[in-house]
Amino acid sequence: MAPGPDPYAAMTAFNRFGLGAKPGDLALAASDPRGFLLEEIRAQGAGLIPVDGLSSTPQALQMFFAEQQQLRIARETAAAMAAPLAMANANASPTDAKAVDAKPADAKPKPQEPPVEQELLRAEAMARFNAHLKAGAGLVERLVAFWSNHFAVSVVKGPGLRATAGAFEREAIRPHVLGKFAELLIAVESHPAMIFYLDNQRSIGPGSNAGRFDGKGLNENLAREILELHTLGVDGGYAQPDVTALARIITGWSFAEAGGETGEPGAFLFKANWHEPGVHNLLGKNYPQTGRPQGEAALRDLARHPATARHVATKLARHFVADAPPPDLVDALAKVFRDSDGDLAAVSAALVTHDRAWSAPPTKIRDPNEFVIAAMRATGFTPNDPGQILGVMNSLGMPLWQPAGPNGYADTTAVWASSEQMKLRLDVSWQMAQRARDVGPPLGVLDTVCGLAASRETREALLHAESRPQALALLFMSPEFQRR
Amino acid sequence: MRLLVPPILSRRAALQGLSVSFAAAFAPRPLSAAGARDPRVVVIILRGALDGLTAVAPVGDPDYALLHGALALPAVGEHAGLPLDGFFALNPAMPVFARLYKEKRALVAHAVATNYRDRSHFDGQDVLESGYPGPNRIDSGWLNRAIALLPSAGGAPNRGAPERALGVGVTAPLVMRGPAPVLGWAPQGLPSAGDALAMRALDLYAHRDPALGAALQAGLDTEKIATQGGMSDDARKNKGGMDSPGGMRQAAAGAARLLAAPEGPRVAALAFDGWDTHQNEGAGTGQLANRLSGLDGAFEEFEKGLGERWKDTTIVAITEFGRTARINGTNGSDHGTGTVAFLAGGAVAGGRVVANWPGLKANQLYQGRDLAPTTDLRAILKGVLADQLGISAQALGEKVFPESAGVAPVQGLVQA
Repeated sequence: MAPGPDPYAAMTAFNRFGLGAKPGDLALAASDPRGFLLEEIRAQGAGLIPVDGLSSTPQALQMFFAEQQQLRIARETAAAMAAPLAMANANASPTDAKAVDAKPADAKPKPQEPPVEQELLRAEAMARFNAHLKAGAGLVERLVAFWSNHFAVSVVKGPGLRATAGAFEREAIRPHVLGKFAELLIAVESHPAMIFYLDNQRSIGPGSNAGRFDGKGLNENLAREILELHTLGVDGGYAQPDVTALARIITGWSFAEAGGETGEPGAFLFKANWHEPGVHNLLGKNYPQTGRPQGEAALRDLARHPATARHVATKLARHFVADAPPPDLVDALAKVFRDSDGDLAAVSAALVTHDRAWSAPPTKIRDPNEFVIAAMRATGFTPNDPGQILGVMNSLGMPLWQPAGPNGYADTTAVWASSEQMKLRLDVSWQMAQRARDVGPPLGVLDTVCGLAASRETREALLHAESRPQALALLFMSPEFQRR
Repeated sequence: MRLLVPPILSRRAALQGLSVSFAAAFAPRPLSAAGARDPRVVVIILRGALDGLTAVAPVGDPDYALLHGALALPAVGEHAGLPLDGFFALNPAMPVFARLYKEKRALVAHAVATNYRDRSHFDGQDVLESGYPGPNRIDSGWLNRAIALLPSAGGAPNRGAPERALGVGVTAPLVMRGPAPVLGWAPQGLPSAGDALAMRALDLYAHRDPALGAALQAGLDTEKIATQGGMSDDARKNKGGMDSPGGMRQAAAGAARLLAAPEGPRVAALAFDGWDTHQNEGAGTGQLANRLSGLDGAFEEFEKGLGERWKDTTIVAITEFGRTARINGTNGSDHGTGTVAFLAGGAVAGGRVVANWPGLKANQLYQGRDLAPTTDLRAILKGVLADQLGISAQALGEKVFPESAGVAPVQGLVQA
């Protein structure tokens, strides 16, 4: 099929696969929407963003460790000076990560400047939003968000995650979204943010030197989620012994803490004396390697497992095309995944060139991130503070890097088109429409995002609106803008 | 593995000297009994797998203290459990529930689990909330399907809004999704867009996208009820996430107002997060106790906010599965099986722990690691739905909890 200048196809390129059209964008995609998307996949350095002003994970964690140390000293000094007062506060629970994160209601006076982890998160958020807002079609940014949600970490875990969630996406996800899945998987599972999020830095081989010495043991959290969420999927044919085996295999995958250890503080560290020695059997295969290579070998095998291909193909098709994805599309993507040894550029290209991915009706609804970013792209909004977008995303139930659990945010229409969500979107649309300045006539914005694909009813609704902000809010709420 | 709750098991438990009660009758309560009150049902999903052994401690079990280690509630001392019946003690973070228990308006079901036996949170929550015997049926939840069975008119007077169901949260919990229309509400601080824009958006949807139109209309209706219920601006301001005590309390307070409104919903579902205590779980204080204090605060807010309607209310708090009986390597616990369910409310026939205690010896643990489940959680939930909403055992076994005809509702959880 030779796609001609089809207004619906151009809109689909930006809505289904991208982050919405900016002024003038539709024309760029009109003659060859599929080629337009392929170009973005093939661009040099696709997925990477400038690192100016951003901190690497070790840098971020070192700042965070230093701040914690200062707070500890301040606390101890205060305690020494006012011991009776400290006793009265004994009810505060220092073990609760949220308590550290929450507003210091009953903690003693805090430093005036915001905590370092908050500054780190804001800088990373700004970099992400800028990449979203500047992207061509936004396909690669959508893939970044997709994989970031597939390998979800959450700042719910505590300030350590707040300090590293952005760097995790930038360092472990972005370089690999168009690379090999195995490399992506290894980058993710060896990143301190993921290790910390799923407790692997606390998992000790019971037969390791450390385990025998102090009787501590396995924590199978990361191993379980690798199998269930990251690779095979819950029906992927593994059982509890496989979870335990993988947990043993990745004992020792940790990161260096501040001071007193080998390794750069805040960087990945394989702790050999925490590693469960011996040959471990995962999914019927023995892993005789020792040390870190044992875990890498296991992850490489998991990455090329057919169940992983199917799991990834299903999730991709569900995210981009339909809640119940067309089986032939899933089959095609899984096949490319298997045949290319998990080449994600090939899989992504297969997605955007498959007829089904274009012919399926727009039954899905944009998730809050896509919705808010698309509105800003349409109106040329440039935030001068990440809080402007972070706040809206909180309101819409999709706070950045903060899903409730390691399964990430839901990816179905029912969840994002609920009654509460639609009411919130109405309020958010109104707020964004009032904030938009110098965007010209609302019908011009409609042309920007829909071109000739806009419905007569939507056009009329905008025409008859009683104010510019109202027209713009109606545009944001229109089915053309919400659905994809 | 199918678990029934035959009365014979309670005799065995009684022989062990435990305070245990089971309903022996299996006859469904006549519909008129449900009709006599204007019932309210609240379901709180505790996501992440609650450690039932630290929430409600079997302090009378000789193996408990050693097995649960640092996570065990002490029987005596500063952060000791609050005694319930001599065998079980409640986490000290839950004084409100303890008072309700004394007033016979709260009960605990222990050693319960759904029929799900693997240890994935997400599959476990699917089963817990969907009511289907296996995972991946995420199109609808049992509470919604139960509501869909209720007669659409005449069953309860004074009802203006068609929706009986309320899903708290920016997205409704799965247990509340399905064929029956659901109102959504979440604490939030956004200024309202106003009627003029809303009407125009609804008009556009009427022509182009009825599904979005229906969702938006329902969202607007709920806001209206919330406002009529006198929800102040302060009540709308976000007090924290659903994993913080402030957020839990606030969600409960808002839901209570909506449920108390004459034309408001009758059944609500909430979800509280953060129960996945793999490390530094704590016992009478600490991370888990902090969250339990949020749940306790939610019970208190419901009692306050429901006012006159509290006497007609049953709240159930349930979780996808329990946690390992042994402490793990990081002062926490890993995914397990048997756990607790909490029932509270003016309609509850409380003041007891419903349990067929399996024991904690190595050979009594499920797969050698978890508290063994001896009561099917669905039997408890069916009992509540039968007594509160008058749904027949047959409908409960086929439509609400499909393929569960063999799991009989526990009788007598709600006052006659």
